[in-house]
Amino acid sequence: MRYGVVRFPGTCDDTDALLAAEQLGEAALLWHTDHDLRGIDAIIVPGGFSYGDYLRVGAIARFSPIMQEVERFAARGGLVLGICNGFQILCEAGLLPGALLPNVSLRFVCRQVELEVQRSQAKWLRGARPGDRLSVPAKHTTGRYWAPDPVLDELEAAGQVVLRYAAGHNLNGSARDIAGVCNHAGNVVGLMPHPEHAVDVLTGSTDGLKVLAAA
Amino acid sequence: MTRVRVLIRPKAGILDPAGQAVERALPVLGFEAARNVHVGRLVELDVEDPSRVAEMCERLLANPLIEDYEIVDPAAATGA
Repeated sequence: MRYGVVRFPGTCDDTDALLAAEQLGEAALLWHTDHDLRGIDAIIVPGGFSYGDYLRVGAIARFSPIMQEVERFAARGGLVLGICNGFQILCEAGLLPGALLPNVSLRFVCRQVELEVQRSQAKWLRGARPGDRLSVPAKHTTGRYWAPDPVLDELEAAGQVVLRYAAGHNLNGSARDIAGVCNHAGNVVGLMPHPEHAVDVLTGSTDGLKVLAAA
Repeated sequence: MTRVRVLIRPKAGILDPAGQAVERALPVLGFEAARNVHVGRLVELDVEDPSRVAEMCERLLANPLIEDYEIVDPAAATGA
Protein backbone atom coordinates (compact mmCIF):
# COMPACT_ATOMS: atom_id res chain seq x y z
CA MET A 1 0.00 0.00 0.00
CA ARG A 2 1.40 3.36 -1.06
CA TYR A 3 -0.12 6.26 0.87
CA GLY A 4 -0.16 9.88 -0.26
CA VAL A 5 -0.36 12.57 2.42
CA VAL A 6 -1.61 16.03 1.38
CA ARG A 7 0.10 19.17 2.65
CA PHE A 8 -1.71 22.53 2.53
CA PRO A 9 -0.38 25.83 3.87
CA GLY A 10 -1.21 25.37 7.56
CA THR A 11 -1.24 21.58 7.70
CA CYS A 12 0.64 20.42 10.80
CA ASP A 13 -0.12 16.70 11.11
CA ASP A 14 1.33 15.67 7.75
CA THR A 15 4.67 14.55 9.23
CA ASP A 16 2.98 12.28 11.77
CA ALA A 17 0.68 10.96 9.02
CA LEU A 18 3.70 10.15 6.82
CA LEU A 19 5.48 8.39 9.71
CA ALA A 20 2.33 6.43 10.54
CA ALA A 21 1.77 5.46 6.89
CA GLU A 22 5.37 4.26 6.64
CA GLN A 23 4.59 1.70 9.35
CA LEU A 24 1.94 0.23 7.06
CA GLY A 25 3.51 0.69 3.64
CA GLU A 26 5.14 3.41 1.61
CA ALA A 27 4.32 7.09 1.93
CA ALA A 28 4.64 10.12 -0.32
CA LEU A 29 3.90 13.80 0.22
CA LEU A 30 1.28 15.43 -2.04
CA TRP A 31 1.76 19.21 -2.39
CA HIS A 32 -1.41 21.31 -2.47
CA THR A 33 -0.64 22.98 -5.82
CA ASP A 34 0.13 19.68 -7.56
CA HIS A 35 -2.12 17.81 -9.95
CA ASP A 36 0.05 14.69 -9.66
CA LEU A 37 -1.04 11.90 -7.30
CA ARG A 38 2.33 10.16 -7.79
CA GLY A 39 0.90 6.69 -8.26
CA ILE A 40 -0.44 6.32 -4.75
CA ASP A 41 -3.08 3.77 -3.68
CA ALA A 42 -4.66 5.73 -0.83
CA ILE A 43 -4.82 9.40 0.19
CA ILE A 44 -4.72 10.86 3.68
CA VAL A 45 -5.94 14.46 4.02
CA PRO A 46 -4.41 15.28 7.40
CA GLY A 47 -5.24 17.75 10.10
CA GLY A 48 -4.04 21.06 11.32
CA PHE A 49 -5.24 24.00 9.29
CA SER A 50 -5.56 25.00 5.65
CA TYR A 51 -5.37 28.41 3.99
CA GLY A 52 -6.11 30.07 7.33
CA ASP A 53 -9.50 28.32 7.36
CA TYR A 54 -10.98 31.69 6.42
CA LEU A 55 -14.74 31.87 5.91
CA ARG A 56 -15.36 28.37 7.33
CA VAL A 57 -13.02 25.55 8.24
CA GLY A 58 -11.97 23.72 5.08
CA ALA A 59 -13.94 26.01 2.76
CA ILE A 60 -10.97 27.35 0.80
CA ALA A 61 -8.89 24.16 0.70
CA ARG A 62 -11.55 22.31 -1.25
CA PHE A 63 -10.73 24.48 -4.29
CA SER A 64 -7.00 23.72 -4.27
CA PRO A 65 -5.48 21.89 -7.27
CA ILE A 66 -4.70 18.75 -5.27
CA MET A 67 -8.28 18.55 -4.00
CA GLN A 68 -9.58 18.47 -7.56
CA GLU A 69 -7.41 15.37 -8.04
CA VAL A 70 -8.58 13.92 -4.71
CA GLU A 71 -12.20 14.36 -5.83
CA ARG A 72 -11.51 12.59 -9.13
CA PHE A 73 -9.61 9.83 -7.31
CA ALA A 74 -12.50 9.36 -4.86
CA ALA A 75 -15.05 9.28 -7.69
CA ARG A 76 -13.11 6.38 -9.24
CA GLY A 77 -13.37 4.50 -5.94
CA GLY A 78 -9.95 5.53 -4.61
CA LEU A 79 -9.34 5.31 -0.88
CA VAL A 80 -9.43 8.69 0.87
CA LEU A 81 -9.18 9.36 4.63
CA GLY A 82 -9.77 12.83 6.08
CA ILE A 83 -8.56 13.49 9.60
CA CYS A 84 -9.75 16.54 11.58
CA ASN A 85 -9.25 19.50 9.19
CA GLY A 86 -9.12 16.87 6.43
CA PHE A 87 -12.55 15.63 7.54
CA GLN A 88 -13.85 19.22 7.46
CA ILE A 89 -12.45 19.67 3.93
CA LEU A 90 -14.05 16.45 2.67
CA CYS A 91 -17.42 17.56 4.06
CA GLU A 92 -17.06 20.99 2.42
CA ALA A 93 -16.16 19.26 -0.85
CA GLY A 94 -19.32 17.16 -0.65
CA LEU A 95 -17.33 13.91 -0.55
CA LEU A 96 -18.80 13.16 2.87
CA PRO A 97 -22.25 13.97 4.28
CA GLY A 98 -22.79 16.50 7.06
CA ALA A 99 -20.68 19.32 8.47
CA LEU A 100 -18.47 20.15 11.45
CA LEU A 101 -19.64 22.95 13.74
CA PRO A 102 -17.87 24.71 16.63
CA ASN A 103 -17.61 22.58 19.77
CA VAL A 104 -20.55 23.10 22.13
CA SER A 105 -18.04 24.33 24.74
CA LEU A 106 -16.66 26.91 22.25
CA ARG A 107 -13.26 25.79 23.52
CA PHE A 108 -10.33 24.03 21.95
CA VAL A 109 -10.33 20.48 23.31
CA CYS A 110 -7.32 18.18 23.42
CA ARG A 111 -7.42 14.78 25.06
CA GLN A 112 -7.30 11.04 24.54
CA VAL A 113 -10.76 9.68 23.67
CA GLU A 114 -12.27 6.23 23.51
CA LEU A 115 -13.94 5.34 20.22
CA GLU A 116 -16.29 2.47 19.42
CA VAL A 117 -15.90 0.88 16.00
CA GLN A 118 -19.24 0.54 14.24
CA ARG A 119 -20.32 -2.03 11.69
CA SER A 120 -19.91 0.02 8.51
CA GLN A 121 -19.09 0.12 4.82
CA ALA A 122 -15.73 1.77 5.49
CA LYS A 123 -12.80 0.47 3.45
CA TRP A 124 -10.39 1.83 6.04
CA LEU A 125 -10.12 0.53 9.66
CA ARG A 126 -9.05 -2.88 8.37
CA GLY A 127 -7.19 -3.47 11.62
CA ALA A 128 -10.33 -3.15 13.74
CA ARG A 129 -13.60 -5.04 14.12
CA PRO A 130 -17.08 -3.77 14.95
CA GLY A 131 -17.37 -3.40 18.71
CA ASP A 132 -13.66 -2.73 19.26
CA ARG A 133 -12.73 0.21 21.46
CA LEU A 134 -9.88 2.38 20.25
CA SER A 135 -7.88 4.93 22.23
CA VAL A 136 -6.94 7.89 20.03
CA PRO A 137 -6.28 11.57 20.77
CA ALA A 138 -8.61 14.33 19.58
CA LYS A 139 -7.73 18.05 19.37
CA HIS A 140 -9.93 20.61 17.71
CA THR A 141 -12.21 23.63 18.10
CA THR A 142 -14.66 22.81 15.31
CA GLY A 143 -15.45 19.14 15.67
CA ARG A 144 -19.17 18.91 16.39
CA TYR A 145 -20.51 16.59 13.70
CA TRP A 146 -23.94 17.63 12.49
CA ALA A 147 -26.39 16.60 9.80
CA PRO A 148 -30.19 16.86 9.67
CA ASP A 149 -31.93 14.02 11.53
CA PRO A 150 -33.26 12.32 8.36
CA VAL A 151 -29.69 12.27 6.99
CA LEU A 152 -28.39 10.79 10.27
CA ASP A 153 -31.09 8.10 10.07
CA GLU A 154 -29.99 7.29 6.51
CA LEU A 155 -26.31 7.15 7.50
CA GLU A 156 -27.07 4.74 10.34
CA ALA A 157 -29.24 2.54 8.12
CA ALA A 158 -26.66 2.47 5.30
CA GLY A 159 -23.69 1.62 7.52
CA GLN A 160 -22.03 4.99 7.04
CA VAL A 161 -21.39 5.71 10.72
CA VAL A 162 -17.86 4.42 11.14
CA LEU A 163 -16.88 5.48 14.66
CA ARG A 164 -18.71 6.80 17.71
CA TYR A 165 -17.35 8.38 20.86
CA ALA A 166 -17.75 5.94 23.75
CA ALA A 167 -20.07 6.97 26.59
CA GLY A 168 -18.59 10.00 28.33
CA HIS A 169 -16.12 10.74 25.52
CA ASN A 170 -18.20 12.94 23.20
CA LEU A 171 -15.99 15.96 23.76
CA ASN A 172 -17.53 18.31 21.20
CA GLY A 173 -21.29 17.66 21.22
CA SER A 174 -21.42 15.64 18.00
CA ALA A 175 -24.84 14.41 16.95
CA ARG A 176 -25.46 10.82 18.07
CA ASP A 177 -21.86 10.62 19.36
CA ILE A 178 -20.60 10.33 15.78
CA ALA A 179 -16.80 10.60 15.51
CA GLY A 180 -16.39 9.35 11.93
CA VAL A 181 -18.46 8.68 8.82
CA CYS A 182 -17.95 7.29 5.33
CA ASN A 183 -19.54 7.86 1.95
CA HIS A 184 -22.03 5.38 0.53
CA ALA A 185 -19.34 3.33 -1.21
CA GLY A 186 -17.12 3.29 1.90
CA ASN A 187 -13.93 4.40 0.10
CA VAL A 188 -14.03 7.91 1.60
CA VAL A 189 -13.84 8.11 5.40
CA GLY A 190 -13.56 11.12 7.71
CA LEU A 191 -13.01 11.36 11.45
CA MET A 192 -12.17 14.08 13.96
CA PRO A 193 -9.78 12.11 16.26
CA HIS A 194 -6.18 11.63 15.13
CA PRO A 195 -5.13 8.03 14.41
CA GLU A 196 -1.75 9.26 13.11
CA HIS A 197 -0.87 10.38 16.66
CA ALA A 198 -1.59 6.91 18.09
CA VAL A 199 0.97 4.69 16.39
CA ASP A 200 3.63 4.19 19.06
CA VAL A 201 3.47 2.63 22.55
CA LEU A 202 5.65 5.53 23.71
CA THR A 203 2.64 7.86 23.39
CA GLY A 204 0.17 5.46 24.93
CA SER A 205 -1.61 3.73 22.08
CA THR A 206 -1.04 2.09 18.72
CA ASP A 207 -4.76 1.89 17.91
CA GLY A 208 -4.36 4.52 15.20
CA LEU A 209 -2.68 1.97 12.95
CA LYS A 210 -5.91 -0.07 13.01
CA VAL A 211 -7.74 2.94 11.57
CA LEU A 212 -5.12 3.72 8.93
CA ALA A 213 -5.02 0.15 7.62
CA ALA A 214 -6.92 0.27 4.32
CA ALA A 215 -7.99 -2.28 1.75
CA MET B 1 -20.11 47.84 -9.60
CA THR B 2 -22.79 47.29 -7.02
CA ARG B 3 -22.05 46.90 -3.35
CA VAL B 4 -23.82 43.84 -1.97
CA ARG B 5 -24.03 42.65 1.61
CA VAL B 6 -24.64 39.04 2.54
CA LEU B 7 -25.75 38.14 6.06
CA ILE B 8 -24.98 34.57 7.07
CA ARG B 9 -26.34 32.97 10.22
CA PRO B 10 -26.65 29.48 11.70
CA LYS B 11 -29.76 27.68 10.48
CA ALA B 12 -32.69 27.75 12.87
CA GLY B 13 -32.72 24.69 15.10
CA ILE B 14 -28.96 24.14 15.06
CA LEU B 15 -27.38 24.73 18.46
CA ASP B 16 -25.54 28.07 18.35
CA PRO B 17 -23.22 28.15 21.38
CA ALA B 18 -21.72 31.50 20.34
CA GLY B 19 -25.18 33.09 20.32
CA GLN B 20 -25.94 31.50 23.70
CA ALA B 21 -22.70 32.81 25.19
CA VAL B 22 -23.57 36.36 24.10
CA GLU B 23 -27.12 35.94 25.38
CA ARG B 24 -25.80 34.89 28.79
CA ALA B 25 -23.26 37.73 28.87
CA LEU B 26 -25.74 40.56 28.27
CA PRO B 27 -27.56 40.33 31.65
CA VAL B 28 -24.19 40.42 33.40
CA LEU B 29 -23.81 43.95 32.01
CA GLY B 30 -27.34 44.88 33.04
CA PHE B 31 -28.99 44.39 29.65
CA GLU B 32 -32.15 42.38 30.25
CA ALA B 33 -34.57 40.63 27.93
CA ALA B 34 -32.28 39.82 25.03
CA ARG B 35 -33.53 36.55 23.54
CA ASN B 36 -32.74 34.39 20.52
CA VAL B 37 -29.28 35.86 20.07
CA HIS B 38 -27.43 34.42 17.08
CA VAL B 39 -23.94 35.20 15.87
CA GLY B 40 -23.20 35.08 12.16
CA ARG B 41 -21.03 36.72 9.51
CA LEU B 42 -21.28 39.70 7.20
CA VAL B 43 -19.73 39.48 3.73
CA GLU B 44 -19.52 42.71 1.73
CA LEU B 45 -18.58 42.65 -1.92
CA ASP B 46 -18.66 44.85 -5.02
CA VAL B 47 -19.94 42.94 -8.03
CA GLU B 48 -20.77 43.62 -11.66
CA ASP B 49 -23.76 41.31 -11.61
CA PRO B 50 -25.68 41.11 -8.31
CA SER B 51 -27.90 38.39 -9.76
CA ARG B 52 -25.00 35.95 -9.36
CA VAL B 53 -24.55 36.53 -5.62
CA ALA B 54 -27.06 33.83 -4.67
CA GLU B 55 -24.96 31.28 -6.55
CA MET B 56 -21.83 32.57 -4.79
CA CYS B 57 -23.61 32.01 -1.48
CA GLU B 58 -24.68 28.49 -2.40
CA ARG B 59 -21.20 27.48 -3.55
CA LEU B 60 -18.82 29.31 -1.25
CA LEU B 61 -19.95 32.15 1.00
CA ALA B 62 -22.35 29.98 3.01
CA ASN B 63 -22.66 26.27 3.66
CA PRO B 64 -26.38 25.83 2.91
CA LEU B 65 -26.51 22.66 5.00
CA ILE B 66 -25.81 24.54 8.22
CA GLU B 67 -26.27 28.23 7.39
CA ASP B 68 -28.98 30.55 6.06
CA TYR B 69 -27.95 33.54 4.01
CA GLU B 70 -29.73 36.77 3.27
CA ILE B 71 -28.67 39.04 0.43
CA VAL B 72 -29.33 42.61 1.51
CA ASP B 73 -30.86 44.70 -1.23
CA PRO B 74 -28.32 47.46 -1.88
CA ALA B 75 -30.95 50.12 -2.60
CA ALA B 76 -32.84 49.29 0.60
CA ALA B 77 -29.61 49.21 2.61
CA THR B 78 -28.79 52.82 1.70
CA GLY B 79 -32.28 53.86 2.70
CA ALA B 80 -33.00 55.08 -0.85
